[in-house]
Amino acid sequence: MKPLPARSGAAPSPALPADQAQAVQRAIAEHAARPGALLPLLHAVQDALGHVPPAALPVIAQALNLTRAEVHGVVSFYHHFRSTPPGRHVLRLCRAEACQARGARALEAHARRTLGIDFHQTTADGALTLEPVYCLGNCGCGPSLLLDADELHANVTADAFDALVGRLREEAGA
Amino acid sequence: MSAAPLRVCVSCDASALALGAERTAQALAAEAQRRGIAIELVRTGSRGMLWLEPLVEVEAGIGDSRLGIRTAYGPVRAADVPSLFDAGVFTSPVAGEGAAHALRLGAVEELDWFKRQQRLCFARVGVTDPLSVADYVAHGGFRGLRKALDMAPAAIVQTVIDSGLRGRGGAAFPTGIKWKTVLEAARSSQSPISNPESRPSKYIVCNADEGDSGTFSDRMLMEGDPLCLVEGMAIAGLAVGATQGYIYLRSEYPHARRALDAAIAAAYAAGWLGADIGGSGKRFELEVRLGAGAYICGEETALLDSLEGKRGQVRFKPPLPALKGLFGRPTVVNNVISLASVPLILERGAAFYRDYGTGRSRGTLPIQLAGNLKRTGLVELAFGVTLRELLYDYGGGSLSGRPLRAVQVGGPLGAYLPASQFDTVLDYEAFAAIGAMLGHGGVVAFDDTVDMAEQARYAMEFCAAESCGKCTPCRIGSTRGVEVLERIRAGIEREKNFALLEDLCETMRFGSLCALGGLTPDPVRSALAHFPEDFGGRA
Repeated sequence: MKPLPARSGAAPSPALPADQAQAVQRAIAEHAARPGALLPLLHAVQDALGHVPPAALPVIAQALNLTRAEVHGVVSFYHHFRSTPPGRHVLRLCRAEACQARGARALEAHARRTLGIDFHQTTADGALTLEPVYCLGNCGCGPSLLLDADELHANVTADAFDALVGRLREEAGA
Repeated sequence: MSAAPLRVCVSCDASALALGAERTAQALAAEAQRRGIAIELVRTGSRGMLWLEPLVEVEAGIGDSRLGIRTAYGPVRAADVPSLFDAGVFTSPVAGEGAAHALRLGAVEELDWFKRQQRLCFARVGVTDPLSVADYVAHGGFRGLRKALDMAPAAIVQTVIDSGLRGRGGAAFPTGIKWKTVLEAARSSQSPISNPESRPSKYIVCNADEGDSGTFSDRMLMEGDPLCLVEGMAIAGLAVGATQGYIYLRSEYPHARRALDAAIAAAYAAGWLGADIGGSGKRFELEVRLGAGAYICGEETALLDSLEGKRGQVRFKPPLPALKGLFGRPTVVNNVISLASVPLILERGAAFYRDYGTGRSRGTLPIQLAGNLKRTGLVELAFGVTLRELLYDYGGGSLSGRPLRAVQVGGPLGAYLPASQFDTVLDYEAFAAIGAMLGHGGVVAFDDTVDMAEQARYAMEFCAAESCGKCTPCRIGSTRGVEVLERIRAGIEREKNFALLEDLCETMRFGSLCALGGLTPDPVRSALAHFPEDFGGRA
């Protein structure tokens, strides 16, 4: 396999698996020429791979004529980008005030307890990743939860949470 | 010839979907098919009455003529759908006129909650198909842009100045004055970038990074009437001489993203965006850019850095973005609601808009009722309503049935107000006078189970999580603030720590680069001032 292009002086990084390298190249081809290309490019990579692999950073940096540090700086700045793959499903729980006023603190405690994980962690079976989010714009009917890309849930009680988790695990087991 | 199918409207707004609107819509389609009844299912925005979602509106019609009157039913769960058919809602002689049913509400415009509103910005939301240019035009769309195309840039700017419109994002800076600065900014001399010829000389940027908890009016507008934002941005482009616009949308809004992308594509296809808008020979290009979960990018200079592909860090001002903004060029940065208010101002004239409101707060404000209230949702009203009217007349009091104890207006950086301040009038100056902030119009109510010391601690924790890190008072101060408040709550050296907290708040207020660090002390200090008993009493 051809070695990945790396900026001279950049520290060596583990090679990107071929399928991931392809996805990164597709994102570069689609976005590199746009003004302010880095965020759209990172979104495209994460949409395709579920995360932005650290080994992709030198490739992206070279394509945009940036340093690897600059790209790392951007990836690590934004809460949305992750450098490790998430579980099969990502649950984003709103922690903001409007949801707090409707019981989000209790839901948050319930979620951590029943899943046995903290925020930013994935259950041992790889099924679920729990992430905090500060407002989903569903402030009139919280507590709010966003499942994966766009499945928004309102008025999430502990029971509703358990039912949702049960459904997701069942689907995975089926 | 068969009769035109009956129009049945169900919302595709994100909150309505979260409350089950998709299941209701699917049940309606399936049940209609099963019974052989033709219906035209239209997906609209939401009327803003969240406790009635999923709301189903049926447009009355005889044969193939539509009467333009809609009868609403709600909340309609999927399981309620067969009973609506059984009651003849879709089949009585004048179909949709309002067959009796337990969920029948009548015409939305006649509901007490709705009819007292002044819906200027949200006039079409919940009424039209958000992605249909034809529907938009049929409901007054693009009239403002048509007028603007025949006006000189300075005349457009003057109209917006005269309307009294102030930035609805929260800072309340006069929109027209900002536009005037960009209009008059020199086109040359502002280009530190390497290849200036390849870039437009000015930009319109819409700040759609609606991160304040308790606010969702931008989202509802973008999902329910995205073409209104498109039109407002095109007018702004004409006014200042900008040919490129960006909507910087937060990544937490996937539904708004889809609506905007589709509306922009439809506007291009219909000739309302592109090289020849409305056949005028004038150009305006528009695209959506996604944020990535950073609250600070709602601050305009951090937003610009983010749009340029950098960390979203706050810039020093001056230079103002109006003179040196995106890629170093003069840039208008306006909130969604500010821009979406512009088409009507151009269409009806500055005086029409200015006639709403009070004092120096002119026009209307889309207010978002959130948190622990019975009737949450979106209320658009002229400035001048009191907080109490909003909480009790519109909001119906607390959802839990317990007394309302504290209200936070204006997002996570807004002050907490006690019941003794509920008679404050919604007006930028009236809120400033009590050390509070109207912000983007979000009202979050808490009942008496709230622990205000914990809310104060959370304010500092949020600031620590979302600080861009550029200035020390915000980056370090917020973390120290969490620690100091934890010590106070634990009863450790309380007097000393109260003094330290006060000192810290002063430093953050006056030493921070932007409003995040500068205003985080507001919820903290107001919680302490109005609810000292939650901090174990303050000597």
